[in-house]
Amino acid sequence: MAGADPQALKDTILAAIDAADNPDALETVRIESLGKKGELTTAMKSLGQLEGDARRDMGQALNAVKDAVTQALDARRSALAMAELNRRLASETVDVSLTPRPETAGVIHPLSRTLEDILAIFAEMGFVVAEGPDIESDYYNFTALNMPEDHPARQEHDTFYMTPDADGQRKVLRTHTSPVQIRTMEKMQPPIRIIAPGRTYRSDHDATHSPMFHQCEGLVIGDGITMAHLKGCLIEFCRAFFNVDDLPVRFRPSYFPFTEPSAEVDIGCSRDGGGLTIGAGADWLEILGCGMVNPRVLEYCNIDPNEHQGFAFGMGLERLAMLKYGIPDLRPFYDSDLRWMRHYGFMPFDAPSVHLGLS
Amino acid sequence: MKFTWSWLKDHLDTDADMSDILDALPMLGLEVESVVDRSQALKPFTIARIISAEPHPNADSLRVCQVDTGDTVIEVVCGAPNAAAGLVGVFAPVGAYVPGIDVTLTEADIRGITSRGMMCSEREMMLSDEHDGIISLPEDAPIGTSYAGWAGFDDPVIEIAITPNRADCLGVRGIARDLAAAGHGTLKPLESKPVEAKGESAISWKLDLPADQAHLCPRIAGRSFAGLTNGASPKWMQHRLEAVGQRAISALVDITNYVMIDLGRPLHAYDADRVDGNTLTVRLAKAGEDMTALNEKTYKLDAEMLVIADAGGADDLAGIMGGERTGVSDATTTMFLEIAIFDQVSVAMTGRKLNIHSDARYRFERGLDATSPDTAMEYVSAMILDICGGKASEITAEGKGADWQRQIAYRPQRCLELTGVTVADNKQKNILETLGFTVSDANNQDDHSWQVSPPPWRGDILGSADLVEEIIRVSGYDAIPELPLPRDRVVSQAAVNAEQKRPITLRRVMAGRGMSEAVSFTFLDENTAKRYGGGDDTLKLVNPISTELAVMRPSLIPVLMDIVARNQARGDSDVSVFEIGPVFADDTPAGQHPVLAGLRHGMTAAREWTGSQRPVDWLDAKADAMAALAACGVKTDALQVRADAPDWYHPGQSGTLNQGKMVLARFGAMHPAFMEAHDIKGPAAGFEILLDAVPMPKSKAGKSSQRPLANLSPYQQVGRDFAFLLNSDVTAEKLTRAVRGAGKPLVTDVSVFDVYAGKGIPDGQKSVALAVTLQPTKATLTEPEIEAVSQAIIAAVEKNCGGVLRG
Repeated sequence: MAGADPQALKDTILAAIDAADNPDALETVRIESLGKKGELTTAMKSLGQLEGDARRDMGQALNAVKDAVTQALDARRSALAMAELNRRLASETVDVSLTPRPETAGVIHPLSRTLEDILAIFAEMGFVVAEGPDIESDYYNFTALNMPEDHPARQEHDTFYMTPDADGQRKVLRTHTSPVQIRTMEKMQPPIRIIAPGRTYRSDHDATHSPMFHQCEGLVIGDGITMAHLKGCLIEFCRAFFNVDDLPVRFRPSYFPFTEPSAEVDIGCSRDGGGLTIGAGADWLEILGCGMVNPRVLEYCNIDPNEHQGFAFGMGLERLAMLKYGIPDLRPFYDSDLRWMRHYGFMPFDAPSVHLGLS
Repeated sequence: MKFTWSWLKDHLDTDADMSDILDALPMLGLEVESVVDRSQALKPFTIARIISAEPHPNADSLRVCQVDTGDTVIEVVCGAPNAAAGLVGVFAPVGAYVPGIDVTLTEADIRGITSRGMMCSEREMMLSDEHDGIISLPEDAPIGTSYAGWAGFDDPVIEIAITPNRADCLGVRGIARDLAAAGHGTLKPLESKPVEAKGESAISWKLDLPADQAHLCPRIAGRSFAGLTNGASPKWMQHRLEAVGQRAISALVDITNYVMIDLGRPLHAYDADRVDGNTLTVRLAKAGEDMTALNEKTYKLDAEMLVIADAGGADDLAGIMGGERTGVSDATTTMFLEIAIFDQVSVAMTGRKLNIHSDARYRFERGLDATSPDTAMEYVSAMILDICGGKASEITAEGKGADWQRQIAYRPQRCLELTGVTVADNKQKNILETLGFTVSDANNQDDHSWQVSPPPWRGDILGSADLVEEIIRVSGYDAIPELPLPRDRVVSQAAVNAEQKRPITLRRVMAGRGMSEAVSFTFLDENTAKRYGGGDDTLKLVNPISTELAVMRPSLIPVLMDIVARNQARGDSDVSVFEIGPVFADDTPAGQHPVLAGLRHGMTAAREWTGSQRPVDWLDAKADAMAALAACGVKTDALQVRADAPDWYHPGQSGTLNQGKMVLARFGAMHPAFMEAHDIKGPAAGFEILLDAVPMPKSKAGKSSQRPLANLSPYQQVGRDFAFLLNSDVTAEKLTRAVRGAGKPLVTDVSVFDVYAGKGIPDGQKSVALAVTLQPTKATLTEPEIEAVSQAIIAAVEKNCGGVLRG
C-alpha cells in the first residue's frame, strides 16, 4: 500500500468520526482506523516498503494524520459524552417548586429571651447571677426580709403554703425572688452585686395573674452606694432593655418592707392610636420596684448597716416580655401552644449580647 | 382608699387645682388608681316635675307628659309605669347623651306625638341597674337645677392605693397632711372642742386581761349618749359615703363609717339599751364561746381572740366587727360609743382565723393613731350631737395608753449619705414637723444628730432610714441625681458560672434540634405526681388554686405529655418540646433538681412528597439525650447504657445513660399506658437529663481554655468490617466494648451498621455487623498487622460475647 494517500485517508477517517453519533460507532471508527488492523495502522506498517526520503515523508504525513485522528476522536468522544450527559440531565428534570425535605425549627421561649436580655445588660454593669430554691422557708421569704409574722404586707403576697412538717414548720412557695438577697448576704460579705432570676408563686389566677411567674431580683451592697446609683443603674437598664435612648424613667415613693426608702419605677409610654408605644408620651407604665436595703434586713444577715448599704430591685419577667415584644396576654406563656411558641419564640442561635445587640 | 375632692378640702386648705393634686399624690407615694367625675356625664340632666300625664291617644302603654323643667314646659312621651302628674324626676333634653342607652336624644315622633326629651331611670343614667320606672325624687327637690349637683354626684371620687406602712392615709386627714407637707396647702385644724357633758356614762369599761396580755388593749374610751334620734344621716354625709362605696344606713352607723374614712379611725356604737348590765368588759373569749356579728354570721371563738362582752357574753370582736345583739338600729335612742386601741397582731390573727375582712380590721391591723381614743372623742361626739341631737355623758376610759413615743437619733447628713441628694437641714426639719414629727436639734454639737419623735399615727417610723424616706418623699424623688454604678473592671466578667451557663447552652442545642422550649407550671395534680414517683406530703400545697395544681412536680415528663395532649387536641399532633426547669424530690433546697426533658410525638415531619416522614421512636430520644450530654461536655461514647428507665417509659425500648453508678439521663419510647392517661394518641419518645448529676468538665485553674494537643496521624486509616453471630441478649454496647478493648490502641471507632435476625440465623441469635476503624500513628499498617488486630478482635468477641465470626 505504498501508494496510500495520507490526505484522502485523513479525510475519510475524519468524516467517519464526524458521522459517528454514539460512543459505540465512534469506537468502531477508532478500531477501523487506529486498531491493530485499522487502515492507518496498516498504512504505517507498510512504510517499511518505502525507502529513503519517500519513507521519511510518508512517515511524517501518516503521523500527522494519526495525530489529527486521535484529536478528532477525543473531541468527538467528549462531545458525545456531553450530549449524553445533557440528555440524561434533561431526563432528570424535577419540579423545583416542590418543598424540600422538612426540618423542624425549634424556638426559644420569650421568657428565656427576656432573661438573657436582662443578663446581658446587668453583666455589663458587673452583676453576677445568684439562685435560690422555689420552696422556701418562712424565714427567708418573709421574716428576714423584715416581714415578721402578722406583718400586713404578708397578706398582699397571696402565699402558697406547703404541708407543715412534723414540727409544724410550714414552708412556702417563694412569693418573690427576694429571699435570694438573704441567702446571698448570708454567704458573702460586701461588695455584692447580684441578680437572681427565678420562678415565683402567688395564689392568684386570672387574666393578669398566674399562680407561677418569674421575677428577677437585683442586689448591690457596697461602699457609698446611694439611691443615686440605684437611679442611675435602673435608668440605664430600662433604656438598654427597651432600646429607647431617651426613655423617660420616673421614680415614685412606695413601700416594701425590705427596702427603705422604697420606690416604684415607671417608664414613659404613649397610647396614642390605640397601641402601646414605649417611649416619651403622656402615660406612665409601672415596671419594677426598688429601694435602699432596709438596715434591719442587713442586720438579719449579720452585715453592719452602719458600715454597709446598698440597693435592691425586683422586676417581673412576664411583664417586661409582654411590653418589649408586644405580647398581649399572660396565660399563653405557660400553655405551650405550638402556634404561640412559633409566633413569639426566638431563633436559637440569635443570642442577645451587648456587642451584637439585644433585640 | 376612696375619698372625694370636697372631702379632701375639708382638711386641706388649698388653692391647687384637682389636677395638680392628682399629679402630686403619686409622687408622695400615694398612687392614684382612679378618678371618677360622675358630674361630667350627668351635666345635661336636670330636676323636673311632671305637671300632667295623659294617656297617649295612639298607644295604651305610653303617656304624654307635660314636664316643668324650671324655665319652660316641655312635652315628653314616656313609657314608665310610674310617670304620673306631680312626680319629680330627672329630665334629659334634646341633645343630651344618655349613657345607659347610648343615645343622643333628638326630637322624636312617637306614634304621632313629638317628644322633646326624656324622663330617666337610674339605669339610663348608669347610676344603678334600677329600671322599674323613672327616678322619683323628693317633692322638695329644686326644679330646674342640676341633678348631679343636687344628688352629690358633682364631687369627683379619687381612689388611691395605700401601701401597708401608711395606715395614717387610710383616713382623708392623713392624705391632706401629706399634701400639706409637700406644699400643696395647709392642714386645717381639727375642730374638737369638748362637747357639753352631763353625768357619768351609763356604761363603763372593764379591762379583764391576764397581766401578760395587757398590750392587747392599751387604751379604750367611751361615752354614752341619750335622747338620740337615729334617722337618716344628712344628705351631704350620705352622698360622700355612697361616693366612696359605703351604703348609707342610719345616722349613727353612717357617722361611724364616716369618721373611719375621715380620720381613718374605726368606731363602734352599741345600743346602750341592748347592752346587758352596765359594764363592757374587754377580755379574751372563752373557748367555744360564740357570737353573731353584724354581718349576721355566727362565729365560734377561741381563747386567743379579744372580745368585748357584757353580762350576756361576747358581742364585739375587738377591732373587727361588732355584735348583732347590741348593735344600733333605727330605733336606738341611747348609744354607747367605743374608741379603742387594740393590738395589731391580735386583730390580724383573729380576723384571719375567722376569715372576716372588714374596713375596721384593715385599719386596726395596720395601726391606728395611738392617742386617738382621747383625741377623736370630742370630734365624734360633736358630730353625733349635731346630727342626732341628745346629750352626751362624761367620758369613761381605761388603759394607760399605748407605748408609742420614741426618740430616733438622726443625723441630717444621713439623707445625703443614703440618697445622694442634699436637703438643707432647715428644710428637713420643716418637712418632719409638718408631718407631725417633733424635732429636737438642741444638743447636736457633738455628732450633729437630732432627736426625732414620730407622731402617734406613724407607727411605721422606726429608724433613720424611715426619716430619710419621709424627707425625700416630700422633697421629691426627682431631685435624686443619677449616678452610674462604679465599675471595678473595664471588661465585665461573666455573669454566669459554668453551672448557670448550662441551661442557656442546652436551650440553644435543643431548639437547634427542632424542639421548642416550654415553660410550664411546676405543680400538677396529686394522682399524676404519684404516678411519676412523687406526691409526697411535704410537696403538697395546703392551699392550691385547684386540684390540678396541687403538688410539686416529680418529673417534667407528665408536664410535657400534657403539652403534647393540648396541642394534639388543637390538631397539632407532631410536637417536639423541651423544658429546662426544676423537679422536686422533697421540700429542701437539696431536693430541688434542675432537669432538661424533651418529648417528641407523632411523626418526625408532616406528610410530604419525598416520604421522609416516619414515626418518632426511642432512637430520637436517645439521640436528643446524647446531644444534650455532649453539649454538657460529657464523652458520650464512654457512657454505660442500661435498660432500667422508670415506669413511664416503654419497658423494652428505653434505657438510662450512666457514668458508673451515676444516672445522667433516661430516654425511651413512652409507655402506652402513661400516654393514655394523658390522652395522647400516637407514638411518643422522650428523655430526661438529670442536670445536677452531670459532672462539670474538668478544668485546671488558669488553664481552663487550653485544649490537649491535637494528635493528627499522618498515616492512612483503615476500615474493616466484621459480622458476628451472637445470642440475642448480647448488647451492642457489650460487643463494641469488646472490640474496642481488643483493638487498643489502633481501633478508634466501632459502629454497628447492620443488625439482623430471622431467616438464615438460628433462633435466639442475631447477626451484628460492625465497621471498625483502625488508625495507625507510627507507620502505615501492613496486612499482617491488620490481620493480627482482626484476629484479636474476633477472639475477644468470642471470649467476652460468645460471638462467632460469620463466614
